[in-house]
Amino acid sequence: MKFSIERGALLKAVGQAQSVVERRNTIPILANVLIEAEGEGVSFRATDLDIEVVDKAVAHVERAGATTVSAVTLHEIVRKLPDGALVTLTDDSATGRLTVEAGRSNFSLATLPKEDFPVMASSEYSSNFAAPAPVLRRLFDKSKFAISTEETRYYLNGVYMHVSDGEGGRVLRCVATDGHRLARIDADLPEGAETMPGVIVPRKTVGELRKLLDDDDVQIAVSVSETKVRFATPDITLTSKVIDGTFPDYTRVIPQGNSRKLEVDAAEFAKAVDRVATVSSERSRAVKLALDEDRLILSVNAPDAGAAEEELAVAYADERLEIGFNAKYLLEIASQVDRENAVFLFNSAGDPTLMREGNDTSAVYVVMPMRV
Amino acid sequence: MPALCRNCLSQIDPAPRCPHCNSPRVIAHDELFALSIAHMDCDAFYASVEKRENPDLADKPVIIGGGRRGVVSTACYVARIRGVRSAMPMFKALQLCPDAVVIKPRGSLYAKVSKEIRAMMNDLTPAIEPLSLDEAFIDLTGTARLHGAPPAVMLARLIKRMESELGISGSIGLSHNKFLAKIASDLDKPRGFAVIGQAETLDFLEPKPVRLIWGVGGSTGQALERAGIRTFADLRRWDKQDLHARFGNMGDRLWHLARGQDHRRVSPDSPIKSISHETTFDTDTSDPDILDGHIWRLAEKVADRAKARDLAGRVVVLKLKRADHSAISRRISLPDPTQMTDRLYRTAHDLFAQVGKQGPYRLIGVGLSDLRPAAEADRSGDLLDPQARKRAEAERATDTIRSRFGKDAIVKGRALR
Repeated sequence: MKFSIERGALLKAVGQAQSVVERRNTIPILANVLIEAEGEGVSFRATDLDIEVVDKAVAHVERAGATTVSAVTLHEIVRKLPDGALVTLTDDSATGRLTVEAGRSNFSLATLPKEDFPVMASSEYSSNFAAPAPVLRRLFDKSKFAISTEETRYYLNGVYMHVSDGEGGRVLRCVATDGHRLARIDADLPEGAETMPGVIVPRKTVGELRKLLDDDDVQIAVSVSETKVRFATPDITLTSKVIDGTFPDYTRVIPQGNSRKLEVDAAEFAKAVDRVATVSSERSRAVKLALDEDRLILSVNAPDAGAAEEELAVAYADERLEIGFNAKYLLEIASQVDRENAVFLFNSAGDPTLMREGNDTSAVYVVMPMRV
Repeated sequence: MPALCRNCLSQIDPAPRCPHCNSPRVIAHDELFALSIAHMDCDAFYASVEKRENPDLADKPVIIGGGRRGVVSTACYVARIRGVRSAMPMFKALQLCPDAVVIKPRGSLYAKVSKEIRAMMNDLTPAIEPLSLDEAFIDLTGTARLHGAPPAVMLARLIKRMESELGISGSIGLSHNKFLAKIASDLDKPRGFAVIGQAETLDFLEPKPVRLIWGVGGSTGQALERAGIRTFADLRRWDKQDLHARFGNMGDRLWHLARGQDHRRVSPDSPIKSISHETTFDTDTSDPDILDGHIWRLAEKVADRAKARDLAGRVVVLKLKRADHSAISRRISLPDPTQMTDRLYRTAHDLFAQVGKQGPYRLIGVGLSDLRPAAEADRSGDLLDPQARKRAEAERATDTIRSRFGKDAIVKGRALR
């Protein structure tokens, strides 16, 4: 195998591959990236056995072939090469080394046989559809903060992507929760997605997927089966197993009858929460919200560390209410709001609170209060 | 050389017998009146308390421990002569000593006596660090003027008071740091008084096995052995850097201990690090229903103690021992601390489900660590478990009833399995 490629293109392709590779793993081949050169291009493939990413790049291929080499090392080398350099990769099957040449730099890397590289079994996808990158970006960006890290409830360690009924008809919906907060984000149902089975996309996959979604003009080809999900741009294909479990019935968690409505500027609110929470030294910092007519007082009282209070002008017309929340959860939820005011709907100090952006029900958040 | 009669507490010249009371209990040491860090360890504490409560037992072998399948918690000295040791399986102890009187431990009674002993120690100094019900470090540095007598005299007086007022005997180890004081208290048991001075520290340690170090048991002991370290002499041959490289922070500590150095202070209120309970079964079991019942009961005991001390924990630990004594331990961190039986039980139950069918088991234990103040506990509910709030309210109500009418006033059906 021998090919030459521009440093920038190589860095992008190897970068995507090396981020999938598990840093701590005991199977040597899984630390490697499989490089395959053929025709007009080269593909870089990496896997952790749950996720597989294949990144294609255009290159000048002199001799077709394939080999595997440490993904992290190759990435580090390419990263340190000067911008605009032309990099030549040559595989010497006699010595079992891969030579990386750029200008006057020359590297020789140990390889492992390509036959040992595990390739994820291809599967039948029951549903295939295309979705614009910004749509998927919104679905996952606004839900991923609520993904749980709890091992015992492994089925919460991802985003539940499924088809459901929204206010304006069928929607593509992403839900994530850790039992303390929940995010439910809807998007118009793309054509061809109606039959999609609901799948739990693992946290790591969500992180890798995000790298495919930066370009607003790209259409993402999405394929879904009961056990796998695939996202593809023209260059990159990300295939992942989904979490084998049943996502809990979240619909009964979303409060329907909360009537006490607070409307507040989300950015002002988030800043104020952040400020008052500073005095608390506890691991889970509790913020108390005291609501009175058009007035919100945020306060933190940490007996050992100090106290803080801040008043905000808000729109609130219901009876007095005092309710506590974990400051971190409030901040994360408030930071999801980007266009309009944040609308909070409360019931009592012990019941889940609902938050949405203005009157938009395509993104709703639920947060559990905290005893203060 | 200064000397002390432990019988009449007079400071005398070294002699085989006290010139005042003719007692042979004379202790003489060059540094006797200069040393001030002590470790007091009661002799066969639980057994002594039981013998005090029931004088008929005085000359009988007494073993404290649970059930036929349990282990020996304490054996009195009569039983020890027959070879019974603590932590020995009960069946083995009974083989060695078939006429032993086996008594189930009565925790609250021992705690009461322990409190009385602690009050006596408190008369000497507030710098007491209890290690358990029956042993404590005592730092008497700088108290000679106050008491009008050197530490050694005050310690001998303490033991005398314990014997006469409480009927409990104890042994004293006196040295210049905690590490050596703890070793010393074990040298001359029972009713002992042993001194390790600065001058002989190194010679004393030289031939001793490193397993003498508190905390160097199973795995650390094996790791040391693999490195060819059996005695303190072996340990002292190692460079500080090498020990650190091989054993991490423990290595630094080993380097100092090898030289008889221990800079830890006697700290009166060293916080509790964890709360746990375990039980050994009469017969090994892999029956999930039976085990589940035990998990509930243990969770309840742990939660009771956490509530009594106003503590909550973030890490739940489940411990299992198989028939061949191999142990399994699983832990999990909760998003926020808890002191509720319900959450503790559910978490331990989930951990048990993860461990699965590796039984039969002979022991099960439930614990709570990463302790925090109760005010931080159980403050937020679970969206996905709306019933949790009701169960928590029920538990609080149950606690109120139990605190008024006794622990058995109200019991979960689950606890009866």
